[in-house]
Amino acid sequence: MSCKICGLPALDLFKLGSKLRQGARLMIGQGDYDAYVAHRRANHPDEPPMTREAFFLERQASRFGEGGRRALRCC
Amino acid sequence: MSLALATPGRRLGSIILWSAVVVIGVFALFTLATARGETVNAMWLVTAAICVYLVAYRFYSLFIARHALGLDPERKTPAHRRNDGLDYVPTDKYVLFGHHFAAIAGAGPLVGPVLAAQMGYLPGTLWLLTGVVFAGAVQDFVVLFISTRRDGRSLGDLIKTELGPAAGLVAMIGILTIMVILLAVLALIVVKALADSPWGFFTVFATLPIAVLMGVYGRYLRPGRIFEMSAIGFVLLIAAIALGRTVAETPALAALFSFKGEALAFMLIFYGFVASVLPVWFLLAPRDYLSTFLKIGTIASLALGIFYVMPELRMPAVSRFIDGTGPVFAGGVFPFLFITLACGAISGFHALVSSGTTPKMIGDETQIRFIGYGAMLMESFVAIMALVAASVLDPGVYFAMNSAPAVIGATADTAAQTISSWGFVITPEALTQAAAEVGEKTVLSRAGGAPTLAIGMAKILSGAIGGASMTAFWYHFAILFEALFILTTVDAGTRVARFMIQDLVGTFWPRFKHTRAWIPNLIATALAVSGWGWFLYQGVVDPLGGINTLWPMFGIANQMLAAIALTLCTVVLFRMKRERYAFIVAAPATWLYICTLTAGAEKIFHSDPKIGFLAHAARYSGAAAEGKLIAPAKTAAEMSRIVFNDYVNTTLCAVFIALVLSMLFFGLKSIREALRATSVTTRETSDELQDLRIARA
Repeated sequence: MSCKICGLPALDLFKLGSKLRQGARLMIGQGDYDAYVAHRRANHPDEPPMTREAFFLERQASRFGEGGRRALRCC
Repeated sequence: MSLALATPGRRLGSIILWSAVVVIGVFALFTLATARGETVNAMWLVTAAICVYLVAYRFYSLFIARHALGLDPERKTPAHRRNDGLDYVPTDKYVLFGHHFAAIAGAGPLVGPVLAAQMGYLPGTLWLLTGVVFAGAVQDFVVLFISTRRDGRSLGDLIKTELGPAAGLVAMIGILTIMVILLAVLALIVVKALADSPWGFFTVFATLPIAVLMGVYGRYLRPGRIFEMSAIGFVLLIAAIALGRTVAETPALAALFSFKGEALAFMLIFYGFVASVLPVWFLLAPRDYLSTFLKIGTIASLALGIFYVMPELRMPAVSRFIDGTGPVFAGGVFPFLFITLACGAISGFHALVSSGTTPKMIGDETQIRFIGYGAMLMESFVAIMALVAASVLDPGVYFAMNSAPAVIGATADTAAQTISSWGFVITPEALTQAAAEVGEKTVLSRAGGAPTLAIGMAKILSGAIGGASMTAFWYHFAILFEALFILTTVDAGTRVARFMIQDLVGTFWPRFKHTRAWIPNLIATALAVSGWGWFLYQGVVDPLGGINTLWPMFGIANQMLAAIALTLCTVVLFRMKRERYAFIVAAPATWLYICTLTAGAEKIFHSDPKIGFLAHAARYSGAAAEGKLIAPAKTAAEMSRIVFNDYVNTTLCAVFIALVLSMLFFGLKSIREALRATSVTTRETSDELQDLRIARA
């Protein structure tokens, strides 16, 4: 959808909100769960994907876990 | 760019628009540079910065993207090639920008400009803008590009494959050393901000139980509900700040939460050890969430505050300390202003972030420009805001906060007298008043940048919300925000340093690499904390304030890491047979080599004891031999400790110089090999499409 007068795309608040939410989650190392499920369904349909909770714990452990460099931040 | 944009009308519009941006930017810079005697509005500084960023992004970064690197939208990124739904995921570019910015934004760009403000706001501004456009943003951009083309591999790995295993080992040791100094200086900033401040200590201490509560909530009560746990944490945090006032005003409680620097240093060392050994969900992760959101929120509110309040800059454009005699840091503009500003202009640490998680999530190569170059411009803007916050203070208050007791004495009277004699007229009452306004007993000698920034931020934010009655709240909010995310860097950094040590020792003794085994874990953690803890303690007991010595060391280390990263970038461009464009990284690399090697050499050999470690050591050991004491040392033992520290610092500087010189050697060697070779010698991960294209060509 775009504005009829100026031609710029209309502000989609729902989409903006979802992007902000995704951005905030990724800042702390939590990727997009839906994208993960979609990927698993498409590529490994025979294995059940992790639940939302398991996904959260896996991402949390991986941010600070082995190597631990994912949580690296600047000075 | 699509063809539709190239119509004559659009083209003309674009020329007019960009000419306007250039004119406005030049006018704003001119206004800043020619201001003499009267105050200038901070908006001029902000406007000049934004115009510079826009022009640099539109033209220079596009030139790099198209010509120097040849970003290719058709080429598969690791996010597509190795998509696993977890680490490798093609991600929306705005979402990824936020992730990358949150990872590169830290305390560095907030502290450096505050210290650099002693020379006036103009020198700092000029380097922040020039540095980011031609060095900092270019480094982040090119490293992100290199890593993306190589499956998102890390900086150490990339150096190993492009410059050889010896260079890889040198880089590994370099990164670890820099990490240790970084953690020490960050911890020192927290100590300086919390010493003898019951309100500040109470609120920061309160974050521990709050984090544990969040951790338990997010693991057992409502797993994965990040918004809920963060909201609970935030509300409790605000309550803790409000409660802190009561603590500070109740003598019995205030005594309970007042600590000297030494005690705080030991608590921090203990905390760093415990936090990095405990399970991460318990303390580390929830604090990370809290501090990340608080950081982004506070940076955004500071920006809004500056635009809304439009404060006047009270610091002169160029102060008399441009001659290198200033009390905040020793040494002249070249090289020490550049070393002090560090992160806001160029930060070697970003090379680690740009070769970390971000390259694994790039969905399209052309987005590297927006994320790598763009996020660094934003970081530089954070540094500009910190410079504004320091410059809106009365210069008298600024110097009172940032000079050591050895220089201005311990009372408001002596401080006011000394600072007035420098030409920044201030009364003792004004200094006492400044402390009372923020609910503290004193603001004298609160070096380290954080408290100065907090007062500046409190001034700006209370101008927007709450007025004078809220100044003390905003001050402690700002202190909490800085302490919180510095401590998060300290605990996460200790963990990273621990893994690095295990990796490094593991190359010689493989059993040490097992990250889950308790003995190597505890030994490596203990090594990591005692490394930074030692420098922290020396900084705390240093009568000259510690920041004086440690911040330049940190700056040198950080800029040297940037020189190493840019050397890698140069080598890769030569290996890609794009040496025509190598100047975009070779020029800033050369500058950093000159700047850091000069600074390192001056730190060791300069004849002024305020700058040179050896001269300082000679002065103290000479006096000790004659049985004399030089203030601030009070005993012969203190005299010999000062001499010993000087030798340790000399050694460290020498190690830095050796590291960077050997990288220069490896770099030149690889460039020579690349020039001799007749074809592309770099090792990018290839995909079928790319192979096909090469075969066709």
